[in-house]
Amino acid sequence: MTAIPVGPPRRLVELTIDGQTTRVPEGTTVLEACRSLGIDTPTLCYLENLTPVNVCRVCVVEVEGARVLAPACSRKAEAGMVIQTDSERVRLSRKLVLELLASSVDVSLAPASPGYLERYQADPDRFGDAATVAQPPKIDNDLYVRDYSRCILCYKCVEACGVDAQNTFAIAVAGRGFDAHISTEFDVPLTESACVYCGNCIGVCPTGALMFRSEHDMREHGTWDETQQTTVDTICPYCGVGCTLELHVQDNEIVNVTSPLDHSVTSGHLCIKGRFGWQFVQNRPSP
Amino acid sequence: MDLHPIDAAPTPEERAAIDLVLGLATSGWEGGERRPELDGHVAYGGTEQARSRRHLLLPALHAVSDRVGWISRGALGYVSQRLSIPPAEAYGVASFYAMLSMQERPRTLVHVCDDIACRANGAEDLCAAMERTDLGPAAAWTRSPCLGLCEAAPAALIQRSGSNHGDPWPAVGKATAETLRDALTTNPSPPATFVKRNVAPSLLRRVGKVDPTSLDEYRAHGGYQALRVAVGLGPEGVTREVKDSKLLGRGGAAFPTGLKWEAVAKQPVRPHYFVCNADESEPGTFKDRVLTEGDPFALIESLTIAGYATGSDQGYVYLRGEYPLAHERLRHAIEQCRARGFLGDDVMGEGFAFDVELRRGAGAYIAGEETALFNSIEGFRPEPRNKPPFPVERGLFGKPTGINNVETLMNVLEILRIGGAAYARIGTPDSTGVRLFCLSGCVERPGLYEVEFGTSLRELLALAGGVRGGRPILAVLLGGAAGTFVTPDELDLRLTFEDTRAAGAALGSGVVMVFDDSVNLGDILLRIARFFRDESCGQCVPCRVGTVRQEEALHRLAAANGSRDRELLLLTEVGQAMRDASICGLGQTASGAILSAITKLGAFGGAR
Repeated sequence: MTAIPVGPPRRLVELTIDGQTTRVPEGTTVLEACRSLGIDTPTLCYLENLTPVNVCRVCVVEVEGARVLAPACSRKAEAGMVIQTDSERVRLSRKLVLELLASSVDVSLAPASPGYLERYQADPDRFGDAATVAQPPKIDNDLYVRDYSRCILCYKCVEACGVDAQNTFAIAVAGRGFDAHISTEFDVPLTESACVYCGNCIGVCPTGALMFRSEHDMREHGTWDETQQTTVDTICPYCGVGCTLELHVQDNEIVNVTSPLDHSVTSGHLCIKGRFGWQFVQNRPSP
Repeated sequence: MDLHPIDAAPTPEERAAIDLVLGLATSGWEGGERRPELDGHVAYGGTEQARSRRHLLLPALHAVSDRVGWISRGALGYVSQRLSIPPAEAYGVASFYAMLSMQERPRTLVHVCDDIACRANGAEDLCAAMERTDLGPAAAWTRSPCLGLCEAAPAALIQRSGSNHGDPWPAVGKATAETLRDALTTNPSPPATFVKRNVAPSLLRRVGKVDPTSLDEYRAHGGYQALRVAVGLGPEGVTREVKDSKLLGRGGAAFPTGLKWEAVAKQPVRPHYFVCNADESEPGTFKDRVLTEGDPFALIESLTIAGYATGSDQGYVYLRGEYPLAHERLRHAIEQCRARGFLGDDVMGEGFAFDVELRRGAGAYIAGEETALFNSIEGFRPEPRNKPPFPVERGLFGKPTGINNVETLMNVLEILRIGGAAYARIGTPDSTGVRLFCLSGCVERPGLYEVEFGTSLRELLALAGGVRGGRPILAVLLGGAAGTFVTPDELDLRLTFEDTRAAGAALGSGVVMVFDDSVNLGDILLRIARFFRDESCGQCVPCRVGTVRQEEALHRLAAANGSRDRELLLLTEVGQAMRDASICGLGQTASGAILSAITKLGAFGGAR
């Protein structure tokens, strides 16, 4: 983000993380403080451009004197806090969170997943024949696919569809407990919902549950190959806002479009034209 | 924001029910008739005004459900449009609550409790009999978690919908398939609760003796004297008395009430709110129902005192949806108090304003968690919020909010009657005053028992006539599904906050559920596991998936399927992660009773 902070200077608070003392501006989260010390804290439902919802609980840390663990992503640093990020309690909870998720959801396309599972020696198979959220993908439009068997219910898509970016509110969490799921009203197809196909939900999805139709189809055909892809940065040609687009190109075809999270104009969010409206680029005259 | 309306219209019946709550639509913008000369291109009032009515979402959904029995697309669409709520969000809220149905169903639904207290009293036999009973086309039955009628187990509640807003839905105690079928056409009288007072200052002194529908009777029996005392003391004086009394919250968390009140009063942000949490849903708990049904004016008076002390001029009572009689009594009492100047702009002519709004839950244990309760009132999904910030700083509608359980609030009347210092001399130094215990399960006289703190479990059981039929005790569950089991060797445990804490247990909401040796403990544990799986809101991973994995492991243990040691390790680890990493108390306590049964009672061959 290149936004320039205005307002009164913030007081510094001193806290101790894993034995290291640090001073951070008041209002800083524990996660930001950890990162400033180079302490790698796993996250799943956290994203820089969204309000923290602290639901995945994989970032929990131990705060001295507290009865339970605290989510680093949303807990603000307080003066005198003493924090452990790698205690036995923390490791057990992180391991269990990863095991519980990986045993109920297909996390094979989550980029962060294999590293986390290995780091915490998580063994999702130890629950045996366990209930899962497996279900067929929802393909009800030409632009993107919703495969909720990959959904970890991180709420990011709901936030991006709502007040954090698009203000469209086409989707929300419905049901409860293990049956809680992302849904339109009465689970109607997207084409009958409020969806405007900005694709910002895809942009924030950490597990591939929401995916470009193009990517989905290529994966189905076995032609998706990230090692063969290059990224081209450009500016969206449609209007004067000037959104930066990252075009993901494979075999000279645009297969995916993203925007950098730290971009001052987009914060990673685009509209339907920037996200999906690039077929004309490759509309070559037939030979 | 452009709302995308649902493409379906409400039936006239649905529209009428919703309009009764929301008033008539004033323009085409909010689903009324479009009047070109007025509506044109201008939305009068704007969406800000419409959105400020979001808190009416649940009452409007209740109104539809009460009238037609379910929430249709047309009805949800109309409510969304009237309140400027995106339909997807309204659907997310409506689909959360167990008592609201998104599919058409018969207009009468019999909720048969198959929770732990009723299980120990033949609930499974009752359910089996219901399977064989023909209820006709207009009625259906369903299994239900605890209905708060444990003293009359096995119990049921008959949810009726229709246009005749007459009597509250009937509750049936000692239910059989025959009595339930008969109750479809008649109005059975509510089950009587056995109430035992054993103490001088008593929250129960009017219950069962004074007409709960008469304000005059209430006043003739000491009603509104405490508020008179409160006004004499002034707000700080009231809080000082409550602090001197050392009253601890009776809802389960045992937080010092005086400190909470003081913290709310000190907040510079206005307005302040005060909420009475009457959403008791902990399996085995029925004290707040008995208090609210039996002495509704006392609840309003104590809430008024709390409002006065904390500088709140709006109070809320959030009552669980399964308590229709309590709702009716409270609704009537609030009306009476308003008419007679005990609520309103100038309470008792003393120059302060206070009013109470009654809200009804719709079948969600989690809505009893204080921040989930705020979300429920505000018209959002009742998912708990992360703390901090705590309610005293940011609670209902984001404002400083005090929130107390019914029993806690009612203690304040006694505190002001005898004085905080005198109250503190009752009980033990760290657990002052009196406590209500809900005795159920296999006891001779199940009911509500009021004793001084310091009474032992053995003495309490003796008051209730001991174990039914003189059988040996297998275990006692303290604090409900979120509590812990104690063994027959621990009957001398004094029921105080400090003694139970030292014993690794907790009083919780005052549940004392006794199981004799005829009860299958494994079956009880499976029901507890199912309860938490059903009631988890689904927000955080440890609880959403952990409660499912816990239940699966118990099923494998019950079937003696696979390695016991592996399952026990798994239960321990899942339990610890739920306790440590869940957002709220539901996940944090979801494994406590089960693990205590395994370690202390040797359930499923656990270490004893």
